[in-house]
Order: sequence, then C-alpha cells, then structure tokens
Amino acid sequence: MRRRFTVASAMVGALALITLAGCTTDPNVTAPTEDAATEEAVEWFDQELYDKQDAERDVVPEGPEDQPWLQYINAEFVDTSQYASTGAKKACFANASISNPWRQTGWITMNQQLQVLQEAGAISEMETRDAQDSDDTQIADIDYFIEEGNCDVFIISPNSTAAMTPAVERACETGKPVIVFDRGVETDCPTTFIHPIGGFAWGIDTAEFLIEELEEGDKVVALRILPGVDVLEQRWAAAEKLFDEAGIDAVDYFTGADPAEIKKIISDELAKGDVQGVWMDAGDGAVAAIEAFEDAGVDYPVMTGEDEMSFLRKWKETGLTGLAPVYSNFQWRTPLLAAQMIFAGQQVPKEWVLPQEPIPAEEVDEYLALNENMPDGHYAKFGGEDLPGYPQVWEDRQMP
Amino acid sequence: MSAVSSDRPSLGRRLADLGRMLVSPRGAVFLLLIVLLVAIALLNPSFAEPGQLIRFVQRVSPVAIVAIGQYFVIVGGEFDLSMGSVVTAQVVIAGNLIGQDDAKSLPVLALMLAFGAFIGLVNGLIVTLLKVPSFIATLGMMLALLGATLYWTGGAATGNPADSFREIGRGGIRDLPVIEILPWSVLVLVIVLAVAIWFARRPFGRTIIALGDNAMTARYSGTRSWWVKTSTFIISALSATLAGVLLVGYAGVHPSVGRGYEFTAITAVVLGGVVLGGGRGWVVAAAAGAFALEALFTLLNFAGVPSTYRDAVQGVIIILAVAYAATTIRARRRGRALETSPGPAPTNDTSPAPVAKEPDPSPDPARPAHIPSTQRADNETKGGS
Amino acid sequence: MTATTAAPARRSRRRRLDATLIVGIALVAVIVIGAVLVASVGRNFFSPGNIRDILTGMSVLGFVAIGQTLVILCASLDLSVPYVVSLSSLIAADLMAGNPANIPIAVLAVLATAAVIGLANGLIVTKLKVNGFIATLGTGLIIKGYLDTNYKGTSGEVPWAFQVIGATGIGPVPVSTMIMLLVALAAALFLARTRVGNHMFAVGGNEQVARLSGIRTARPLILAHVLCSITAALAGLLLASRLGVGSPTVGIQGGYDLLSIAAVVLGGTLLMGGRGSIWGTIGGVAIFAVVDNVMSVMQVNPFLKDVVRGIVIVAAVAIYTSRSLDRRRPRFTTGATGTTTPDAAHEKEASA
Repeated sequence: MRRRFTVASAMVGALALITLAGCTTDPNVTAPTEDAATEEAVEWFDQELYDKQDAERDVVPEGPEDQPWLQYINAEFVDTSQYASTGAKKACFANASISNPWRQTGWITMNQQLQVLQEAGAISEMETRDAQDSDDTQIADIDYFIEEGNCDVFIISPNSTAAMTPAVERACETGKPVIVFDRGVETDCPTTFIHPIGGFAWGIDTAEFLIEELEEGDKVVALRILPGVDVLEQRWAAAEKLFDEAGIDAVDYFTGADPAEIKKIISDELAKGDVQGVWMDAGDGAVAAIEAFEDAGVDYPVMTGEDEMSFLRKWKETGLTGLAPVYSNFQWRTPLLAAQMIFAGQQVPKEWVLPQEPIPAEEVDEYLALNENMPDGHYAKFGGEDLPGYPQVWEDRQMP
Repeated sequence: MSAVSSDRPSLGRRLADLGRMLVSPRGAVFLLLIVLLVAIALLNPSFAEPGQLIRFVQRVSPVAIVAIGQYFVIVGGEFDLSMGSVVTAQVVIAGNLIGQDDAKSLPVLALMLAFGAFIGLVNGLIVTLLKVPSFIATLGMMLALLGATLYWTGGAATGNPADSFREIGRGGIRDLPVIEILPWSVLVLVIVLAVAIWFARRPFGRTIIALGDNAMTARYSGTRSWWVKTSTFIISALSATLAGVLLVGYAGVHPSVGRGYEFTAITAVVLGGVVLGGGRGWVVAAAAGAFALEALFTLLNFAGVPSTYRDAVQGVIIILAVAYAATTIRARRRGRALETSPGPAPTNDTSPAPVAKEPDPSPDPARPAHIPSTQRADNETKGGS
Repeated sequence: MTATTAAPARRSRRRRLDATLIVGIALVAVIVIGAVLVASVGRNFFSPGNIRDILTGMSVLGFVAIGQTLVILCASLDLSVPYVVSLSSLIAADLMAGNPANIPIAVLAVLATAAVIGLANGLIVTKLKVNGFIATLGTGLIIKGYLDTNYKGTSGEVPWAFQVIGATGIGPVPVSTMIMLLVALAAALFLARTRVGNHMFAVGGNEQVARLSGIRTARPLILAHVLCSITAALAGLLLASRLGVGSPTVGIQGGYDLLSIAAVVLGGTLLMGGRGSIWGTIGGVAIFAVVDNVMSVMQVNPFLKDVVRGIVIVAAVAIYTSRSLDRRRPRFTTGATGTTTPDAAHEKEASA
C-alpha cells in the first residue's frame, strides 16, 4: 500500500519535472501568485527626476576649474554661520560599506583627504562605522554615534534611501551639521547632500551613445549587478526607456558582477544570435564581457562600461567603440571638505550636485597615462592626484 | 554504498538497463540532463553543434570539478561551505602573485595547490579533532578566508595573471576537426572525473562512503576515521583550487568569482542523487548534477525567461528533482530494509530499538554496512507516514 | 509512551542547563574581553548607548535564531529565512501604507503568509522527503524570484505608531529586545511544557525511535518549520518598524540564514538535532552582538571583521564541544548499560 503510494507520487513528481523542464519558457509557471505587477518598473520610473538630471547634464558646473570635487551644478546655498567655530572637530562617518571596488577606491581617497584636514587642524579625528551593506546595522551605527560618538559633525553615506531617513532625521535633531553623500535620503534636514548628477543621467548618457552608434532593431545585452538597489535601478530605468523608444532590442540580466556569470550570459546570447551592443550598470566585470566576444570569434560590440581601469585598459587594447560613463568617485573627497567649510561658516550648496562626465574615446589615453600603475579595480576619476600618498596608497589599496 | 556496488554491473549492461536506470533515482539526473539539453537544442539548434557543445562542457568544468570535490565530503557525511571562498582566494592569489610574469606560473600553481591542501587540512582537523560540526567549521572558514583575501588585496585584485596561465581555463587545442577546439578545461575535467571514479572504487574511497553511511560501524571496522574525513576536505579544497585555476582563465580575476559556489556545488551533488548526510551516491551522477544545473541556467537564458524569474525556476526544479529521487529511493530502501533487517537486528541485543541504530559490532569490513538508518540520513526521510 | 518521554524530558532539562551554562560562561568571557578592549580606546562598554547598540544588534537575529533553533532541534534546517524576512517587511509596509488603522491587519497578513511558507517547507520536508537544506534553499529561491520580479527597491510606508516599536526603549533596553526575549520565553516554555515541544527533541534525536514509540513524527517537524517562518516574519516586522519601509534586500543584508544557524550552534544546540535550548541560542546571539559591537567601536577593518567572526564561530563551538563531550562520556556508558530509552540513543549520537 505504502509502496504503491510512493511509486505513484514519484511518477507524479517525474511528470511534473518533465512538464516543468519543457515549459520553462512560460514564466507563469514560476510565479503563480503574481500576475499584476509586471508594469511596476514603469510606475517606479520618476519622470521629474529624469528631466532634472537630463537638464543637469548640459549645465556647466561652477566652482574651481581644476577641482571637480568642489564644483557644483544649479546650487542653492545655505547659510552655515550658526556652526562657525574654531578648533579641530571630530567627524563621525556612518559608511554603508566598502564591498565594491568603487567604494573601496573612494574610501582610500577619503582617508587621504582626512590626513590633509587633520594636518590643517580642521578635523581632529574621524570615527567610522561600516554597516557592511546592512540597513539595520547602519541605523544602529547612527544611533550609536548620536549617543556615544561625541561627534561634531555627522557624515552619512546611506545604504538605502528610504530606510535611512528616520535615522538621519534623528541625527539632524542633535542640532549638529549632517552631511549626506552618494545615495540620498527622503528628508531635507541634512545641511548638505552631496552627489553626482545621478543614475538617470548615467542611463541617458549611455543609452544615447548606444542608440547613436547602433541601428534600430539591433540587439543590446544589459548587464546589471543586483535588483532592488535604487541607484542602479535608476540607471537601467532611464536606459530601458530610451532603448524602447529607439527600437533597440535590449535584454537585461543580473550578474552579481561575477565575470564568470557575465561570460556565460554573453556566450549564450551570442549563440542565440548577433549582439551589437553591451550596456552595463557598473563597469565591474566588463573585461569578461569583451572576452566572451573574443572567445566566440565575433566582432566587438559597441559598449558602455565605467571608468574602472580594467575596462579602460581593455577598451584601449581592443580598440572597440565605447564610452566610459562615470559615477564621480571624487565625491568621496567632498564631505570632509564640506565639513571644513561648514565650521568656517562658509555657505555650502543645500543640494551639492557634482559634475558627472563620461570619458569618451578621445580622453582614454590621458586617463590611462595618469593612472598607469593603478590596479584594475581603481577608478580613473578618483580625483586624489594632489593628496598625500599619491600614487602609492592607491596602487597598494591601503586602507585603515 | 550498497546501491553503488549493485548498480555498477547494470551500468555495464548499459543497453538493456539504460531505460530502467534513467527513471531510477540515481539515473534521474541523467534523464533531467537529457531533457534539458534537448530543450535547449530545440530552442536553439546551433547548441547541438559539436563546437557549441564542447564550449558548454568547458563552461561547466569548474562547477563540475567543485561538485566532484563536494561529493566526497557529502558522501562522507559532512558539508564543505568554504569551497566558494577557496575558489575566490585562489583566483586572487593567481592574479596578484603571477601578474604578467610567465615564469612565475608554475611556482605559483604549486603554491596554490599547497595552499588548497592546507585549507582542506585545517577544515578536516577542525572537524575531526576539535569535533566542530563541518557546517560550522567550514562556515567559519568561508567567512575568514574571504575576509582575509579581501583584506590582503584591499578588496580588488591587481589584475589578471599572465595570458599563458589563463590559457588553461580559456584556451585549448585548436584547429581540430568537428569540434574546432578542445578546451584544456574539458581535458582537466575528464582527468579529474576519471581519477575520482578510480578513487571512489578503491578501498579508501569505499571507506569514505562507509564512514558516511554509518560512522560507528566504520570505526569498529578499524577505519582511521579522522584521516578519512580529513582527506575528503583536502580533496574538496584541492578541487576548488583546480576550479579556481580554470576560472581565472575563463573569467579573470574578481573577488566575486566563486561566490555561491558552495551552494551551487551542494545543489549539483544533491541533484545527482547523492544523499545529504552521507553514505549514498555516485560521483558521476554528482558531476552530471552540475551539468544539469548549468544546462538549466543555459535553458533559461535561451528561453528568454526574465532574469528575475530564474531563481524561482531553479528553486522549483531542485525541490522537484530531489523529491522525485527521495520518494523513489525511499520506496527502494524500504524494500531492502525489510529484507535485511531481520539479519542484523536479532544479533544485537543492546540495540535500543528494533531498527539497528546501534553499532553492529561484527560488520564485514569488505562489505560496508547495510544498515539503512544512519542518524544523518534520517534527515532525508524525516517524517515517516 | 508517557513513560518513555518523561525520563528524557527531565534528563534533557538537566543537560540543557549544562550546555546553557557553558554558553553563559563563554558570553561572560567575551564581555570581559570586550569591555577591556573597549576601555583601551577610551570608551565605556557598559554605557547606556553601547548596551543599547548591543541589544539592538541582538533583536533581529534573535527572532530568526529562535525559530531556527526549533527547526534544528528537529534535525532540519531553514535557509529560506532571509527571504521570509524581506517578504514580511514588504507586506507589512505595503499594507500599513502609513495608516495606523491598518497595523493589525498587516501584522496578521504577514504572520499568515509566513505560516503558509513554513507549512510549505514542512510539507516538502516531510511529505516529499526532501532534505531540509535543499527544500528551504529551493523555497528561498522561489521567494527571491518573487521579490526580485515585483520590487525594485524599498516600498510601502510604516506609520509612526509602528515605528515606535523599533525606535524606543525603556532605559537602555529597546522594546524590540524585550519582545524578542518574551518570544524566547514562550518558545522555551513551549519546548519544555508542551507535548509537541517534547516530541521535537525526540524526533530530532532519532526519528525512527520516535516513530516507533508512537509519535507522529511529521507533526513536530512541520510545526517547527511553521514557527520558524513566523519568527522570521517577526524579524521582518521589526525591521519594517526600524526602517520605516519594506525592503526586498533587508534579509540578505543581514545574512540571517547562515548567521542564525551559526548562532544556534554557538548556543550549544546540536546541528544534527535532538538537543539544545532556546536560552543557549540567545546566548549565542549575544556573543555575536558583543563581538560585532566591540569590533565596530574599535573601528576594525570590515574585511577583518569577517575573519574574526569566522574564527569566533569555530573557536567557540570547538571549546563548547570539547567541554560538553567530556561531560557526556560517563553518562554515555551508564545509559548504554542501563536503560534503553530513546535518550540513550541520543547520547550515543551526540558522542558519535
């Protein structure tokens, strides 16, 4: 009796397995509970922000010409005279993480900037808590700083936008200056919010380049790192919209920035048919994508990567048609400099939009020469050439 | 174990028993693999061309090698969660120590193998001497090794190693008829698999399975269990090292290479019908499990399934595949247990229960325990009814 | 049947005290070392802010680990918890939508969803005979697919009335930690005082023996999976309260799958089932929280933090197993010659 039951259930299982294996083309099989939310990507797209960033791309930034980390776009200044005071101040930095090469490079730069300000007597020390990519940990970190940190200024690089808002508001309530950079928060209580133009601008830059270089009906493979991270989703949201409008056939994949995964995806796409373009939401792992074309023995694609050295080097070596969009890494210098300005009573922009200019083919040689001995995970527009320890500290990736 | 020895001859009579084997739990993975490959070929006929197929094998090689290593650990009744971190560490070591200097390739390769063996030895000793459960010991190793690697490199490796070193994973024997290129990684996989099959059939390999099936029995029969267990961890770390060598060629250096490999490997091994908790399984099926898993991913790519659905499909497939194998295995084991349990049970008076949980003091060393119930294997059949 | 379960229940309670005692000693040792290290950089380990930081760090992992303890006691595992946590936070925040009136219905919906997931896990493990590791890996992937498809980032809005749970405390003790400890107390009572709770030890210790002694072995296991998903959902609710929104990645961020298992084992529960205690688990969670807190105060490089965590996990469990094995040995021999209760079988496994 029992055996008959198990044999029967086994046969049902086998049948289900075979049916499923044959039917994987139908995505409904996997998500029986959900059928309404496929349009959420469109709903999530923010036209207002898109238009703002689109416009900011064409604005000539103000500020010192050779110091892009102090430049600003369309700034509205706020008065900081209430914070003006003398003496070295203690900075408390709640960092989201240093779990990718972009953040690591910025973190190195920030520490070198700190040295300069310590020697200048503006900052006494910087206490850092690293949340290791966890919202919950970062909230606890900020609360700890508020209660125990003895901080003069809070510097926060939020792990995610909405989730960090209550904690940042608590930091603001202390009455001390709060500086937020990279990802934002949904409150305007911070003294200044420092960031490059943004993800939509990235998406527009890259998509316009590919659309220009390709023809209607061409295939673009989009390589994305993770779902659910707003800064990355914005890049793709803008690009996807433009590809749609231009009749480019774009298909997107999540890779986790794993080059092995990237290579498999490109190989499969090449086995399916020609691929004319590759779009990336971050340049990490770009080399594997290019190598997949080499291994398959087909022409290089038109490609957008990032200003990571590995991509720039491979770009130069292969001579492909490319663009390196930039999510300005030099923004890691700005928060400490902003703290110095705030304690000096100088005005700072309420929303400090830093320039964000892609590296076109003409400038690749220049950036390669500037960063000749840097490791592959280094970012060309890191902006630390005038800081102590250059270039050794970045070459060895020394961080505390 | 008993399944292995009794099914081997039937494999010899391949033609007669092929059909039966394919629907048997251990053959299910081959059936799944064939179904997936046919589905891919239907969606994209060019996949069936020899040149494409050999490329597919090249791509699967690292995963398959890791699965083969994980097989020995799992069949011995343990887990190795540190494999992904070992792969990452080796990839980064290759990138940073070889650099662009061809002459360093061989010394660094030797160093990597030694380092892999050392990690395996540490894992094994922590499990056997310090009695830390392997899940925890290798979890600790996974965290510590990855953290140390990232700390050493400041998060990002300097760059790819010399092309000559990468050739192992990326290149092959070119200009061949039919398949165009025979990638080195395919050769490495074939060699590893052959060695693994040979090793699994040797007394030492059988002892591993016996140990996984019933540690007490194996110990009473004179097995130096600490060394057998430790050696399985060395094997798995070495296989992760080999996978690292192939991956650094195939993909290049990046701290995320190897991420999640431990779970991929365990899934592949389990898809291959190997029982978590040890004592039952076939190394070829474990490798086939890796192929089935990769074929599934390829199928999803070809079918144009939205990337966010892929994980869900994978989840459904592994549950169904293991459920299928488990229910049939259970049916068979039930039959066998009923036949054999009247044998050992009456001879064992101190047994706490009619089912032989107690060590059988007089096992035949050459014939590993037939006792169906080991504590860990119970997990798999948990729940009765 | 009452005769066979009464003895192990009494015995295991005594043994649990032993195990929990060792965890407690380890915790005290970690606190002492931590306090010295914290003092060395000019900070006070026992200041209210620091204690709150530690307790906050315990809350979320504590919820997950309580459920994980039940599942591990039954010799299964739950790897789907991080995705249940994320899903719960999203359902809660979406249903609340900023309106305090929606809180009860949102909480009920979250718990019901989690219970269904747990039931699915339990049924796959018991009826389809899929190992808990694979079953929950699979359901976790399915939920992940659902989350990735339907959420592009944080979503929903948690009303202030619910955020208060995550944001306030009595003195240095956050409300969330007190709720977590209450749940732990309930779980401990459940294990000690109810028949199903006792059966969990029996099923995890030796499923065959448990079945032969008349226990319907599927039930405790299914119930453990359901409860585990529910405590994961409580963790998700707490995170929604702390974040003010739901997040599709918050479960993964915490690494709650492997960390909760590590905490449970650190707390003296046997990974192969049949033995362990809720309070040990809480001790294990506390050890993690203290280690993390001390490393953060010392500003340890984040990569090195993982190295330290890895070493602490292995070292603590190694110390624990060596101590407890010594203690068990004598009883092992008396148990083998004397009774033939399931308990004796447990002892053998433990030493095996």
